[in-house]
Amino acid sequence: MTRRVAVTIALVLVALSGAIDAQVTYDRLLRAQDEPQNWITYSGGYSSQRHSLLTQITPGNVRNLELKWILPNQVFGAWQSSPIVVDGMMYITQRPNDVLAVDAKTGRVFWQYRYTNSPDARVCCGANNRGVAILGDMLYMGTLDGHLVAIDRTTGRSLWDVPVGDPKLGYSLTMAPLVVKDKVLVGSGGGEYGIRGFVAAFDAKTGKELWRFHTIPGPGEKGNETWGGDSWKTGGGSIWVTPSYDPALNLTYWGVGNPGPDWNPDQRPGDNLYTDSVIAIDPDTGTLKWHFQFSPNDPYDYDSVQIAVLADLNWKGTPTKAMLWANRNGFFYVLDRTNGKFLLGAPFVKVNWASGLDANGRPIPTPQPEGMPTWPGVQGGTNWYSPSFSPRTGLLYISAWEGYASVFRKEKAEYVPGRNFLGGGGTPYTGVTGAPGVRVGRATPINSWTDAAGNGAVMAIDPMTGQKKWVFKQFDVTDSGNLTTATDLLFTGGREGHFYALDARTGVELWKASLGGQIANGPITYAVDGKQHVSVISGNSLITFALRD
Amino acid sequence: MLLRATLLVSFGLIASAAPAGAQLLTVDHPGQYTQEDIARGSLLYNAQCFACHGRDGDQISGVDLRRGQFRRAQSDEDLAQTITRGTPGGMPPFKLDPAELTGIVAFIRAGFDTSASVKVGSAARGKSLFDGKGECATCHRVAGRGPRKAPDLSDIGLARAPAMLERSVRDPSSALQPINRPVRIVTADGTTIRGRRLNEDTHTVQIIDDRERLLSIPKKGLRSFDVITESAMPAYAGKLSDDEIADIVAFLLTLRRQ
Repeated sequence: MTRRVAVTIALVLVALSGAIDAQVTYDRLLRAQDEPQNWITYSGGYSSQRHSLLTQITPGNVRNLELKWILPNQVFGAWQSSPIVVDGMMYITQRPNDVLAVDAKTGRVFWQYRYTNSPDARVCCGANNRGVAILGDMLYMGTLDGHLVAIDRTTGRSLWDVPVGDPKLGYSLTMAPLVVKDKVLVGSGGGEYGIRGFVAAFDAKTGKELWRFHTIPGPGEKGNETWGGDSWKTGGGSIWVTPSYDPALNLTYWGVGNPGPDWNPDQRPGDNLYTDSVIAIDPDTGTLKWHFQFSPNDPYDYDSVQIAVLADLNWKGTPTKAMLWANRNGFFYVLDRTNGKFLLGAPFVKVNWASGLDANGRPIPTPQPEGMPTWPGVQGGTNWYSPSFSPRTGLLYISAWEGYASVFRKEKAEYVPGRNFLGGGGTPYTGVTGAPGVRVGRATPINSWTDAAGNGAVMAIDPMTGQKKWVFKQFDVTDSGNLTTATDLLFTGGREGHFYALDARTGVELWKASLGGQIANGPITYAVDGKQHVSVISGNSLITFALRD
Repeated sequence: MLLRATLLVSFGLIASAAPAGAQLLTVDHPGQYTQEDIARGSLLYNAQCFACHGRDGDQISGVDLRRGQFRRAQSDEDLAQTITRGTPGGMPPFKLDPAELTGIVAFIRAGFDTSASVKVGSAARGKSLFDGKGECATCHRVAGRGPRKAPDLSDIGLARAPAMLERSVRDPSSALQPINRPVRIVTADGTTIRGRRLNEDTHTVQIIDDRERLLSIPKKGLRSFDVITESAMPAYAGKLSDDEIADIVAFLLTLRRQ
């Protein structure tokens, strides 16, 4: 009994000391790796490896994980948000634009911030928000009606709120912003509305806009010649996932979305820069340092909105600052992140829209006859689901859709401001006339499309060869992000609602929790009071595990 | 310059929120709805709407009637139409006569405030009192300025109706929301923690302490845990004149940062 009281006292004291209001400085963001008890950016650090140095949970004890707490979401719809954790406090967004401050140890909520969107807000694919960024004592969130909001980390009240894009024209902010130095960086979604995409930087203290780089170059700007006529005006190029940052090169790396109209390339002759590209942007000035386009003149909606994973590799004997990228178009790429040079490319799923990549990484197109299936289908070989890279195994871990195709059609699209600007569509292919294809999200508990329409998989890709080291197959597809730890665990999930710990070296399943709801975010790990926790969102619940006490 | 930017942003917010946002009777629509309509609407609301929308009008996801947050409606006509036609797969249609409909709309637009007696003065004078003589700013935070000890008032004009604001100023303890009550905690080792309650469950309590720290405290093993029903804020009835209180209420009503 006495001992129990002593333990309680100790816990109270730790809880108090842990809660001391330490400012999140830029220096802390730079060295996120040095504080593995925290998860202070969307991808766990600027290199976006989603790799944690915590070691308490191991392949040997992972089966002793137990439920610690659940935070239910009162709002229905895919919960794609990824929490951040700072000094025992978790900050998570929920639809449409709420922020919750949650005690990371108990799941109890300190405050809830609610943002009321303008009725003008329009989003193609649900009222998604993927999370917040932090600097000092402020949190930053983009909103569905195109605003960027700063929130007091202690009181949960807004400090400033600036319009970034016009919601009437389809601009919306769904990505978690990235803080670099004293700036908040964000890009705009709206690729289905004929927007002209951009990334922009705002003064973290005041919200003043400091620069804006258009992902679709205007007249007189380099790259505008890749757009026939006035097609650049409605060229799309949305941004809806968080960029990565290399402090040594002082470059941010952004995945750019599809061109508009999505499926009719005839209306936008040319390569359509910088859609379906990665762009390297100087965060101080907003100037473009280099770009690499994955899918020129894309007719398939192959957004390149994947997270740029930054890894330092020994590339054929030369230490190389590399960027690893498994693209929605079905190819895996290794680029030199200093200059965008193509180093390697290989398909990781069945691909028939291109026969391969040329020496510069440009695809060799093989368009399929009308009415015939194209692999991968419209949701891609992968999509925005966060990959993980383990410097220990040297492998990139991605969530992929195998054996998944669509039949694409194109039609003339007329641009009407604020309305869908699509130019056709893609119907998931099943091989059986009238059978349901894979839907964008899980709507019923029955997998009516089955693996005849495609299956999910976690793949471990060796960046040195582009080959798969192992594949962990799932029956249904997966929209889950991935997380690795320094004990060679890989946490992942899928639409079936199973949450897995795999052996990162072999892909062998070590532990599973059947949570029921689709997992459409990236799991994270953190520690409070010296205890490692793992959090994941399944359906409408944020669920946190730790080892049995 | 910073202040100016802040003000501009605030104004922008008010302007952009106006079409869909809360339109408190006393601020934006003087005399638009009669007290009689509001009272009729209040009765009708309790009989017809309460079951789903709840006492405060915020029980339906994405809808907060009292604060003027709707899924579709913007104008009074939109509101009336939603009430009479219902929504697909959601709210059923209600058969109401025109006077009843006017009453419901008036009640919603008045922020559920049926009192007619609240005096609203000058917001500019209220701001001076807030920062000066009233010493409100020594405890309350507004738009990122001021301490976090007392509740942040940046959006209080959206969150509270005028009558409630007036009561909070005159006699804070009578208007103190139970969740906001001050707490005094003595831990097993004798450390005393004072703060304001933010949340609580069977096992833990979440507070902001007097050093502005967010703390989640396990209840087990605490030497004492007291929740105090008296507000830490002084009562201003008698300290300030009725006109001065009316000015402060006016200023608080302008605090509508989302």
